[in-house]
Amino acid sequence: MGSMAELTPGAQIPELKITPDKHLTVRYAGASGDFNPIHVDDEFARAVGLPGRILHGLWTMAQVARAQTDAAGGPEHLLRLKVQFRGMGVPEQEVTVSGSVREAHDGTVLIDTVAVQGEKVIIRNAEAEVAV
Amino acid sequence: MPVNDKAVGKTYEPTVYAVGREKIREYARAVGETNPVHLDVEAARAAGHADVVAPPMFAVVYCAPSVGPPIFDPDLEINFPMMVHGGQELEWGPLVVAGDEITTTAKVKEIHEDKGRGFYVFESISTNQRGEQVCKGTWTQIVRGA
Repeated sequence: MGSMAELTPGAQIPELKITPDKHLTVRYAGASGDFNPIHVDDEFARAVGLPGRILHGLWTMAQVARAQTDAAGGPEHLLRLKVQFRGMGVPEQEVTVSGSVREAHDGTVLIDTVAVQGEKVIIRNAEAEVAV
Repeated sequence: MPVNDKAVGKTYEPTVYAVGREKIREYARAVGETNPVHLDVEAARAAGHADVVAPPMFAVVYCAPSVGPPIFDPDLEINFPMMVHGGQELEWGPLVVAGDEITTTAKVKEIHEDKGRGFYVFESISTNQRGEQVCKGTWTQIVRGA
């Protein structure tokens, strides 16, 4: 696949929006093998002080990755991705991933990305190195 | 309480993960992938791949059996209830497709304390059956009140 978006310094990548449904964390637990009860059991999550079951950070990171591969035109374009997990994502609320190209090198660009849910940043300082 | 950093440099037994077509499809659906190279064998082959392609973040699936033991190694004396996944970095090589066998080796890269929090950094190196490095992972666990 060719390049889908113009990835030059200052350019925004297309926003990715996705709303995890009520049972997404259960499907992701099965798909990933991460069955930590804070992600699949509301009662357990509340007992440890959470609002209810929370999204897997690595699911949200997969949305950040998908924003890069969709923008660049395929999985082979994503060379590196680094994120910090902050805050907590929850099911049934839209997640928005947005990013902009910081700098270009020979054949690659660095893209700064964040994932937010409502007013809350759930992944910050994400840096992607993408082949163009 | 200062963190115990005596395990820095410790490496663990490699694990081998056989990448299955339906596992890739299950993972791709769970993360909302729409690119057909992850979901449809014919589309993947038409794009020049041997089989369906693992989304890059599928790395956490084939790395998991290798990264679990270090994180839960009693030598590290991690206070688990206070542990959160603070950061993640992945660096990819050639794409992984269904049918590949991925060998991953993990080690304790760094342990330090900052402002009362313990930082435990693990590194994983994954190679395919041809010996090509398909992913290098850096996994940072943060323990509050260390």
